[in-house]
Amino acid sequence: MTRGGILALTLCAVLLLAVPWIIGNEFYVNMASQVLIYALFALSINMMLGYGGMVSLGHAGYLGIAGYACILATIAGYDQLTAAIFAIAFSTAAAAFFGVLSLRAPGLGFIMITLALGQIVWGIAYRANDLTGGDNGIRHPARPMPFGFDIRDAPSFYYFTLVVFLIALFFIWRFSRSPFGASLTGARDQPRRMRMLGHNVWLIRWLTFVMAGFWASVAGVLYVYYNLFLSPHAISLQQSAEILLMAILGGASTLTGPIVGAAIITLVKNVVSTYVERWNTLLGVIFVVVIMFMPHGLVPGCTQAWRRWQNRRKRRKATAVSEPAQ
Amino acid sequence: MTTAALEVAHLSKRFGGLPATKDVSLSVMPGERRLIIGPNGAGKTTLFNLITGDLTADAGSVRLFGQELMGMPTQQRVHLGLARTYQILTLFPRERLLHNVVLSLLGLDRRRWNPWSILTANRDLYANAHTSLERVGLGEAAERIVVETSYGERRRLELAMALAQKPKLLLLDEPLAGLSQAERQTVRALLDAIPRDVTIVMIEHDMDTALAFAERITVLHYGEVIVEGTRAEVVADPRTREVYLGD
Repeated sequence: MTRGGILALTLCAVLLLAVPWIIGNEFYVNMASQVLIYALFALSINMMLGYGGMVSLGHAGYLGIAGYACILATIAGYDQLTAAIFAIAFSTAAAAFFGVLSLRAPGLGFIMITLALGQIVWGIAYRANDLTGGDNGIRHPARPMPFGFDIRDAPSFYYFTLVVFLIALFFIWRFSRSPFGASLTGARDQPRRMRMLGHNVWLIRWLTFVMAGFWASVAGVLYVYYNLFLSPHAISLQQSAEILLMAILGGASTLTGPIVGAAIITLVKNVVSTYVERWNTLLGVIFVVVIMFMPHGLVPGCTQAWRRWQNRRKRRKATAVSEPAQ
Repeated sequence: MTTAALEVAHLSKRFGGLPATKDVSLSVMPGERRLIIGPNGAGKTTLFNLITGDLTADAGSVRLFGQELMGMPTQQRVHLGLARTYQILTLFPRERLLHNVVLSLLGLDRRRWNPWSILTANRDLYANAHTSLERVGLGEAAERIVVETSYGERRRLELAMALAQKPKLLLLDEPLAGLSQAERQTVRALLDAIPRDVTIVMIEHDMDTALAFAERITVLHYGEVIVEGTRAEVVADPRTREVYLGD
């Protein structure tokens, strides 16, 4: 890693750690926790979208399955850790099954099947009154006490979320640099060639689908801990679409893009909406403008602009040096 | 008798009402260099696609060193020692040449399932890939992106990717197509340098190179084998002249 990279990484770490002190206000500290949770959702969908070229419109389904499973297991009397592990395992197993169904069809068919599966989860949450409380939603009894730490107040919950987020980020970063990640991008660009090189394209895609489902389930459990409540509204199609937009807005196929996208969309939704009534329109405008000028998303777009600016400066310097010689 | 490297028997494939491959049978011995010729639309590439499993045959059998391939997915056939190059270049255009070959090596390496290790830290893979590129004269170009290379270099990259896998049977689909005279010489020398433990079946239109390279020749016409034999036999056969050489 370059010295600049290490510096940037350290700066990011310090900033992330200092968020509760910098902000102070509880409302905004909670907002930061929300950003991290959505960033994890966006990162998980981007494993499929950015590296695998698989567009899913049913990602909120894992929030639903993991979330309800976690709440119901806790209510049934299991301790928080068991409930969380059960919820994530159950939801990941569902992802394994959904993957088998979705990967039957390529391209548009894949999108439609994931959409349908997400809607089925939503429909069950909505209809199964006795289990999920239907439209009224269901409450989670209390936040857990991981290793005896109290995470009921905003700053400590933020740190809890940050730890989980950083662990996930590390794993997803390794994933993106790994031989498996290379096989996945290869399967995205040239599936036929990859088969001819001995790669099992279907299995690569399915495993990615399951891994993305796993991290989305982790985010789903965090979501429940944060809100202590889950209703079908949280797992609607709009939620799935928003997670997808976060990844696209920030820049799919980059590691940091989904995080940036999640931050922007969450902040516009929660902060700007207190000042501007038509925040949805504003979000639309932001999206259109970014895609028009940076079709690959904010992070790749800004990186490119920065490089171009630096090149121009270098060239100007070069001409300034060579001119007196003439 | 030794088992054939490739044994195709009564292979048939129809696209709708159009028969692309009609009851094709051919047998290629280990170490042999076989040339497949025939006019456009004779079903040469279709035959390759049936052997690799890109297409599913309607009937017949394909055996690789005695092992039946029918019903086996493409990647599994590759693990048995099958490799091919494409007439229409099929590369990873935005990646470095080195990465293209690494993907090829990964295809037969169990490490391809590892989602945790850092790919570039697997030095042996990269060293191996570099050797494969040097073998086709692309050692210097290893770090370049595919889209920044010339057509001739890409043809050689195709070859490097196939050879890196140390295949037992190599299918070459017009390896000289679109190359300049000088580039043809280079690729021809590369083909001549492939060791005899690799059996080669080649489709090629460049008759000078192809005839010099191959020991036996199969002529396809409208999906059927019409002539097969040694160089001299096939060239002398009136049916060859009729359908292919024109006259």
